[in-house]
This record gives sequence, C-alpha cells and structure tokens, in this order.
Amino acid sequence: MTEPIDLTLDVNGRSYQVRVEPRRTLADTLRDDCGLTGTHLGCEHGVCGACTVLADGLPVRSCLMFAVQCEGMELRTVEGLAEDGRLHPMQQAFWENHGLQCGFCTPGFLMLAVGYLEQHPDPDEEELRAVLSSNLCRCTGYQNILKAVRQAAADMRR
Amino acid sequence: MTPWVGRPILRFEDPPLLTGEGAFVADLTRGSSFLRFVRSPVPHGRIVSIEAPGGITVFTAADLAGVRPLRPLLHRADYRPVEQPILAGDTVRFVGEPIAMVAAPSPEEAEDHAEQVFVDIEPIDHVTSAADALLPDAPPVHRHVSDNVVVDARFDTGGVDEAFDAAEAVVEFDLRSRRQNAMPLEARGSVASYDRRTGRVTLAASVQSPHVVRTAIADLIGMPESDLRVVVPDVGGAFGQKFCLAVEDAAAVWAARRLRTAVSWVEDRRENLMSSFHSRDHHYRVRGAFGPDGRLLAVDADLLCNVGAYSCYPVTCGVEPLMALAELPGPYDFRNYRVRSRGVVTNTCPMAPYRGVSRPVITLAMERLMDKGAARFGLEPDEVRRRNLIRSFPYRSAAGLVYDEGSYLESLERTVEAVGLADFRERQDAAAARGRCIGVGFSVFSERTGYGTEAFAARSMDITPGYETVDLAMDPSGNVEARLGASPHGQGLETTLAQLIGDELGVDPATVRIVHGDTDRTPYGWGTFASRSLVIAGGAVKLASGLLREKLAGIAAAEMEAAPEDIVIREGRACVSGTDAGIDLSDLARIAYHASHRLEAGMTPGLAARATYDPSGTFSNACHAAVVEVDLETGGVEVKRFVVVEDAGVLINPMIVDGQLHGGVTQGIAQALYEEIVYDEGGNILTTSLLDFLPPTMTEIPEFEIHHLETVSEATITGAKGLGEGGAIGAPAAIINAVSDALRPYGVEVDEMPATPARLRSLLRKHERKYA
Repeated sequence: MTEPIDLTLDVNGRSYQVRVEPRRTLADTLRDDCGLTGTHLGCEHGVCGACTVLADGLPVRSCLMFAVQCEGMELRTVEGLAEDGRLHPMQQAFWENHGLQCGFCTPGFLMLAVGYLEQHPDPDEEELRAVLSSNLCRCTGYQNILKAVRQAAADMRR
Repeated sequence: MTPWVGRPILRFEDPPLLTGEGAFVADLTRGSSFLRFVRSPVPHGRIVSIEAPGGITVFTAADLAGVRPLRPLLHRADYRPVEQPILAGDTVRFVGEPIAMVAAPSPEEAEDHAEQVFVDIEPIDHVTSAADALLPDAPPVHRHVSDNVVVDARFDTGGVDEAFDAAEAVVEFDLRSRRQNAMPLEARGSVASYDRRTGRVTLAASVQSPHVVRTAIADLIGMPESDLRVVVPDVGGAFGQKFCLAVEDAAAVWAARRLRTAVSWVEDRRENLMSSFHSRDHHYRVRGAFGPDGRLLAVDADLLCNVGAYSCYPVTCGVEPLMALAELPGPYDFRNYRVRSRGVVTNTCPMAPYRGVSRPVITLAMERLMDKGAARFGLEPDEVRRRNLIRSFPYRSAAGLVYDEGSYLESLERTVEAVGLADFRERQDAAAARGRCIGVGFSVFSERTGYGTEAFAARSMDITPGYETVDLAMDPSGNVEARLGASPHGQGLETTLAQLIGDELGVDPATVRIVHGDTDRTPYGWGTFASRSLVIAGGAVKLASGLLREKLAGIAAAEMEAAPEDIVIREGRACVSGTDAGIDLSDLARIAYHASHRLEAGMTPGLAARATYDPSGTFSNACHAAVVEVDLETGGVEVKRFVVVEDAGVLINPMIVDGQLHGGVTQGIAQALYEEIVYDEGGNILTTSLLDFLPPTMTEIPEFEIHHLETVSEATITGAKGLGEGGAIGAPAAIINAVSDALRPYGVEVDEMPATPARLRSLLRKHERKYA
C-alpha cells in the first residue's frame, strides 16, 4: 500500500500529474503536490471544514478523501473561483460583508457555499444556516458569513 | 473631505485571503525537513530510558543539554518560579509534554519515525485539579514547590469583616469555570531556516509577538538575537494562545542550527488541544455583603486558578490569578475588598492567556453576585446594578485601579431598553404557562485595554511589555510605509492604521503600506495581545504622522515661501491656507530625497519619523444581555437574542469593531455553553478532537444586536479604546444569568460553565427529586 501511484488530477480545469502514496489525502496532494495551498487544514478529522473543495460539484472534506479516489473527477479549489482577476460573487460578498477576519476558514466556507448554491440557488434561511453549520469559523461569529452568502446567492441568481 | 477615521471601509487584508493567495506557516514548508514531537502519554513520571531504532534522526534532552530551560519570572515574593525544559529531561509533568524530536524528509515519515521511539516512563502519582493539588498529601508537580502553590497573592482594604457584620444580606457561592482551549482554527507551527552563509536562522512562526519570541529563543539557546530573524506569515487566529512561547518553536530553531538546514513543525489539532496552552480553569469562593438598600458593601473572595504544569513566557502563570485579584471588583462601587488568589500547578497542560484572560470568569462572579443579591431584595437585575455601578470619573476601585471616563450606567439603561425588560417578563410568564422556559440575563463590565509599561511594571514582570514604536517613512515616490512591532493576525490593523495615517498625512489609505511581523524590518515591539494594538500602535502612528507632517509642511513652506503654520496637508497636496498655491506630496518627497540641497539648513534629507507611544491605559465598557430558552427535558439551551451596548470611544472602522464583537461574543457563548477540556482521573485528556471539544457552529449563534456609545476619554491620543476582548468577557455572564433566570421557578442556580445539557439536567434532577 505504500508504493506510489501515478495519477492525473483535474483541478480548476487544469491537469496535474502527481505521484502519491495511496494513503495520501486529497488535501495533502492539492497542497503539497499541486502547490495549491489555498486549501487549509484545520483539524484533519473532518470536523472543521477548512479543507472543503468541490468534487464533481459537491462540497467534500479533502482531508477525508484520498487523492487516488479523485482521478477522473472535476475538482475545484479556492484558487479557481476568481476569473481573470475578477472575484467570484461569493468572494466579493465575503469581502463586502466582513465575512472573514484571519481568513483561515475562508476557502472552506467559500467552496461550501458556492457548491451548495450552484445546486440550490434559492435556499431559505434555516436551510442556509444548517448547511453553513458544516464548517467552523473561530473569528467572525458567523453572522457576517451568513450575510455574505445571502448576498452572493442573490448575485449568483442574476 | 470626510475623514477616513469612522468609515467602515473594506479591509485591505482581504483579497489575498479570499483567493487562496494568503501564506500561512504550513504553506511555507516546501523543501524543509519535518519535525515531529514524541509526547508523554502519562501525566507524571520519571523517564527511565528513550530508545530509537537506527537510521532515524531523533533528539532528546541530552542533545539539547546546552539549551537553558524556560524560567519565566515575576519579581514578587508571592511567586515561585518553575522551570520548563524544551524537551523533558528526567521528569514528564503532563500528557502531551514533548520528550523527543524526530526530523524526517516528509511529515508522514516524521510521524512514522516518532512512533518508533520507545520511551520507558515510571509513573509517579499525579494531580489534575487545583483542589486536589492543595491536599496535604498531594504529590508535588515540582519538587521544590511542595504545596503546589506557585502564586499566592492577597489584598485587603480592611473593613471587610465589619461590613459583613453590618450587612442586611450576605450572598455566598462557589463558582466554577471549566478549562478552555483558545482553539485558533490554524494550530501553531513554525519553519526555521538556517542560512549557511551568514549562520543566521529565519524563523517563520504563527505567533503574536515576533520580537518577544526572538528574545526568548535567543536567550534559551544562547545565541545573539541578531542571529535570529522572526517573521510572521498570515496567522489563522491566535486569541492569546500564540502569544506565549511555544517550546516547539525553540526546538525548531535549535534543530535548524544543528542540522544546518530548514526544519518545520506544523502542529496538528490533537497536539493543539492536548499540549498547546489551556486557560480559565478556575474555582472561586465568593461572598458579598449587601446593605439594606441593595448596595454592595463588601466582597470577600478566594480564587483558585489551575495553571497547569509550567509557567508561560513572558507573562508567567501569574497572569490569571493576579488579573483576577486586581480586576474582580469590575464596574461596581464598593470599598471593602478582601481577596486571596492562588495559582496552583497540576499535571495538566500549561495555562496561557486566552481572549479576556481571567475577566470572563471574574465578570461571571460579579454578575452572579448581583443577580443573587437582586433576588434577596426582590429587585430586578437592572435595578440592583443601577444602585451599584460606578458613575463618577476618574474612579479608583477598591483594588486601586483608576477607571477613566465611561458609560456604565448608560450602557445598562440602553440594554434594558433594547431588551424591553418589562415586556419580557410578561412574555416569560406567558411562556411558562405554556410549559416553556425562557430567561434573560445581563452583564455589565469594564475592559481594561491599551495599557503600557507602567501597568505591566505593577505586575513586577521580569519582561515588562508596554510601549509600541512606529517607524514611518514616505519614500521618494510619495508612498507611505509604517513599520511596527505590533503583529496583527485577523484584526484588520493594516486597514485601521492606514485610516489613521490617511487623515494625518492627507493620503489615500489604500496607498499606505503597513509592515509588521518581521524583526529585521520593524522596531522592537510587543506584538498584538491584550486589546492594545489599535490604541498603542495607533497612538504611535498618530505621533509619527504628526512629525512627518511637520517636516512636509516645512519643506512646502520653504518651496512656496509661506509660513509653515499656514500649510494645510490634504488629499495628497500641501497647500497654503486660503490661496490656490499648492504642491504635491510626491514632489515634496522628491525634494526631500533627491534635491536635499534645497532643504533649509539643519533639515536632514529624506522623510522618516519614529515615535513611541506608551499610555497608562483606558477602560472600555459594555453591557450585554442574552435571552435564552432552556429545554427542561434535554437540558439544551438555545440563545434567542443577544444584545450588546458597547462603548469603546472613537471607532476607527465600525465594521471591524462589530466584527470583533461578533467573534468575541461567540467565544463567550462557547465558554458558557459548549467548550470544555476534560481530564479523567488518570490524568488523560479526553477532549483531543473537535468531536469532543465543541466550538459552536452557525446554528448555535444568534444574530447580534449591537449598539454603540462613544465616550471620548483623554486616556488615549486617538480617542479609541481597545475592544478585542470585550465580547468574550461579557457574554458568559449574560448567558449564565439568563439560564439561571429561566430556571428560577425550578430552584436552580447555575454557577458553573459551560452549562452543558448534562450539567443542567443534573441540577434539574436534584430539584425534581426534591418535589417528586
């Protein structure tokens, strides 16, 4: 099980050839092998959600997946949100609503919220709170994150 | 134009953090060796032997023989210093204490190798609670401290016994605050890189105080401070936990020098919960004497703080017990005060400051006292506070602290109005009739902030922090750069300081560069902690800006043949007041650097100013109110409303201020209801994952209702008071008082936090048995 395996990962529309041990998590692979350090590790046991990325459009904890599970999947990370230097509506809304302080949980929240809203464009308040309770933030007290996601939901529907 | 100060402009810090371009310490490990610490599995024991298979790189205390142990000092007769080795020598004193250090080419190999290190430990009897550590036959955690008491401070105004004799009502209770972990979402970590050419080490570390870390590590290792550069990358939250020295960071610097390479240590969550720093494990006995009118006459308190196995550097384990002693009286006017406050060592993870330090617990103590007193006199919680709050300033507390101008009473009145207390009582009765149990709780408190050298010196610290220095320069292109020893990590200080500079120098804050977190580039300073940076670094920025403005005005006056006092600097230009004549600041900068022959005689070339600010301190104040509903069957508590009326003086950026309150209150709610570090009887820590230690999520936290008052105090030159900790200080008491209010019909008084479902059910069961 420790023999490295050659993989091709599709991340943010770009193809990455990596050679990883089967035990290597997707999070470590993204960070260390693909150099995409925007995906953060806060607990490495699936609770905090800082490592959330999108796999075939669905938010997943990248610390709980192995890289070898992800070949053939379309992966998206925080680095893929902005286009041509223009912030994604979710990033813009986090900025405008002070939805971040230290910024460590932010990539996970952005990916969680984008992934959910792409599938459920018009969630009600209770649903949104329940979904966003998947991730932990230690700085903001969450209210500005909620405001930001509400604003981004409206912007993304336009 | 509208001043920049007071505007909720968006933070300059945010774009890189939003796009994944932030650089946290774990993002900087590429190419380094990886360290992994072998940690003690037992709470107390003698190390018999350490064995490791060949072929792995492992270091133990024997290898670090030349490194001094950490020995934080207070120069007080009631403080007993204890020593902490970087790696345990012959004795381990808590589960998680580092014993050996492994270095390997990858983090996975480092973990694998660490598991192959076998440590034979002969267990010794241990203690985990402060009460047990005080028992006559308790095993000493440090041999030379036979009673386990490392801080034993007393204070007595006199008159306490007389006040109790004369009292109309005496309230007495036990108060318990369970152990916390500040739990920044990014755990600690560092990358130490050895430069073979210069022999210097650059330590990139997730810390709050780079200069203090440099001093500490250089002193421990015995190297010149100039051979160590400490840089602070983006920091993923700290809340006090990254202020005190991590022995692991010292070990990393040592290893980088020994291996002549780069090494990194990235703490994982289990290590962080087990062996970073804990806080607020307090047990108080509180007595209050009230006069016939419900006025508090005296407080008599015995405070026990479990400080863990060692003393933290630089503030020492005196920080919690001594702050509790000095600040317990809070915002209440009484003259008779007697207190004993002890710090007790146990075989648990060491304590360090966490947002608010002791104040969340002492505020809970005073606010429980007020509510209990109110109940004795049949008063509403607002009325008892109205009768006891301080109202004339400056006010000297029973403990001798001087409070500057504040709005204690007004914050209470505004909160009561926002809550609608009279209407709430009607709703409460109606809810009770439907079998639902709701309650309201209030908390009025002071938050001592922005205190300088004088205040720290009163603690007799060996290392006395306080001042901040700012180097401000305008470069030849006319752009302003401020370099400071404060070290923000999420507070938005780059934005707020740029706003201050924007107003002082007439420049757009977006063009101002704030440099921090690099001991090679910034003047010696104390970092960011104790709600001090905006007040103290902000004050220094204002002073330095004034000096620079004067110089710019001088150059402009000479160029335009005007008097310097007629020069007005605004919007990037220096103009002669009342005329059209003006000159761009960037042109003045060119003259200052590149045409210095045009400067007046005696004026030095260039545009730079240095200023230091060292205020005596100020008090912010606030009132919090919580409305909760308690589920009698499950013991679960839902926070329905949370009201904050805050007075932090002049607000530089109201958006950032509210963000600090949101985060602080959330941590306060967490302490009141959810988070707890638990040790079992065997001294094992049971809460080593986020499945066991429970920070709240979005579904537990209500919308906040925030109101501001603005008392302009002369205690600070910007008019701003600090408020980084206030949310966390006031919220626990508001919540616990609300839960007690809800449960009053059931005869339940809640004097312990967190008030978990299990604890509340246990209190309710006692009542149910009584009336069964």
